[in-house]
Amino acid sequence: MTSGPNLVLVGVNHKTTPVEIREKLAFSQVKLEASLEQLVSSPEITENIILSTCNRVEIYAKVENTDRGIQLLQDFICDYHGISRGNLDQYFYSYCDNQAVEHLFRVSSSLDSMVLGEAQILGQVKDAYSTARSFSSTGMVLNQLFEKAFNVAKKVREETGISERGVSISSAAVELAKKIFEDLENHSVMLVGTGEMAELAAKHLISYGVKTVYVASRTYERAAALAQTLNGCALDFESFKEEMHRADIIITSTAAPTFIIRKEMMEAAIQKRKNKPIFLIDIAVPRDIAPEVNELENVYLYDIDDLQNVVNANMEERQKEAENAMDIIKQEVTKFNNWFSTLDAVPTIVEMRNRAEDMRAFEVDKTLKNMDHLSSEDKETIQQLTQSLVNKILHKPTINLKKKTQSQDGHIYLKAIRHLFHLDD
Amino acid sequence: MVYRRPLVATLAGGMVALGLIFQTVSIGIRSSITGHGPYTTSYEVAMFLAWFMVVIYFLTEWKYKIKDLGAFVIPLVFFVMLISVFLSKEAGLVPESEVRFWLTLHRTLSIIGYAAFSIAFAAGIMYLIQEHQVKTKKLGIMYFRMPSLEVLDDLNFKVITIGFPLFTLGFMTGSIWNTKMDQAFFSWDLAKTMPMVMVWLIYGMVFFGRMATGLRGKKAAQGAILGFIAVIGSFFLHI
Repeated sequence: MTSGPNLVLVGVNHKTTPVEIREKLAFSQVKLEASLEQLVSSPEITENIILSTCNRVEIYAKVENTDRGIQLLQDFICDYHGISRGNLDQYFYSYCDNQAVEHLFRVSSSLDSMVLGEAQILGQVKDAYSTARSFSSTGMVLNQLFEKAFNVAKKVREETGISERGVSISSAAVELAKKIFEDLENHSVMLVGTGEMAELAAKHLISYGVKTVYVASRTYERAAALAQTLNGCALDFESFKEEMHRADIIITSTAAPTFIIRKEMMEAAIQKRKNKPIFLIDIAVPRDIAPEVNELENVYLYDIDDLQNVVNANMEERQKEAENAMDIIKQEVTKFNNWFSTLDAVPTIVEMRNRAEDMRAFEVDKTLKNMDHLSSEDKETIQQLTQSLVNKILHKPTINLKKKTQSQDGHIYLKAIRHLFHLDD
Repeated sequence: MVYRRPLVATLAGGMVALGLIFQTVSIGIRSSITGHGPYTTSYEVAMFLAWFMVVIYFLTEWKYKIKDLGAFVIPLVFFVMLISVFLSKEAGLVPESEVRFWLTLHRTLSIIGYAAFSIAFAAGIMYLIQEHQVKTKKLGIMYFRMPSLEVLDDLNFKVITIGFPLFTLGFMTGSIWNTKMDQAFFSWDLAKTMPMVMVWLIYGMVFFGRMATGLRGKKAAQGAILGFIAVIGSFFLHI
């Protein structure tokens, strides 16, 4: 058992625990201060950070003893929320040291998220960290660990495609629109039908810069109402066919039992557009646009199944990218552990004392060889004297080193000692 | 191209830039020794063409920030360089000054035109790949890496807008040069001239077609590819 810092993590997440339990264990932002203080006031826990989101509740802590630390944190979560331990044991997971490091890296890189690669979690981890910092419940180890986790998340985001591909119908549609028309700002969208999904997709497109919006519906009032929310203009349902060529993107979502856009209609529209491409998104079931329309040049038609297929393929791709991300994380865990292990004062103290003892024994033996006139009792006394000298000299440095390694700049002291005593020869 | 690491991309870009510098120096030295620009022999023309292709590639990449265009242009440059290896490195004969003027103009204009066409070719290939993916709804790795159809189509149009008039002028000055060489205007080798006329017609169709009838997208991309194949064909006939 080492006396160096021990990292532990206790938590529940969406994979281990149903939402009925998770919601009971959540820490509200308001009560977080009290919780962090309560934890850090325990002599066993020297640093802690509470991460509480809708998908997970986790406490990261630096503790004196791993096993006791885990027990303490689990008890704390249960006591805090007034739930008995017996009911929760099956849900908790706990990790220590490099496993805890790996877990945090995975969480902040969004590999542990419900939607792989989503961007929100990193912000939540950052918030948890800054809250804990503002209440001074963190120290050198957790500070370093979390700062590192943010770097790793950034690296994963930049070097893998984990968050590149849209995994919702509307984001996949926006991505497609951006692969057909580069800049959405100078392009227009027409909604035919006022379905909820169509509205969502339109809002998404608008957030990416689409400025001109037309809305057509069988009931003009509904078209007008939606046009107002989207800051667009309403069209008479019958006139949309004549106006169709004005739109670069058409989203259909009517309840019509038959196709409302047919090949020859689109052919006429595309001619009017001088072959400028048009992107058709048919979210209606039954479909609003005849599938043959896709055969026309410069026309790109996606129905709801096509978009779902894109989403599924993107999900799979994110899964593959997650493997690349794990390679990065594994490397970073090793790097962090290398740093972390330098924080452990014990090996350094042992080495320092061994070094001193070796020198003492060598010098004493050398001297005693030439002093045969001494009795063996005298020789023994000299041995003891030198031993206690060494102990006395090293006593304060040992105590101080142990103390200092618990502080923010502890690793500097360790480095200095190793250097002064030539321990890394 | 499927590499995501910025280092690899920067390294690749750096290598191309280094190559361009060497090529510039090499052309410069050769010109100072021969005493004329790099356009008298097929070898020189190939070297000069490769040089212009890289220059135009850098300009477009810098101006339009088109990812991965290099992956399509640089192999072409390599191809041109490869051909040049097999050509005679002997210095060409320098014609008398008046004829020389037309020759210089003809070769330089044509070479810039060809370099622009090579970019249109690369953009055309990229367009067809991307278009195929979006049309068939099979979105592969390239779908995410490559630019939008609009950008590729626009690039195709822009470089042809630069290349076609230059090529036309090159064609005209070439005719004048031929005439000055004491040959009747259309008396030269038909086998060498016809491909040039073909090239001119193809690009002319793409160029005027877009303006007149909105010829764009896939057809424009196909035109740019076909045109460049004709260019390569006529180049081999010239050698």
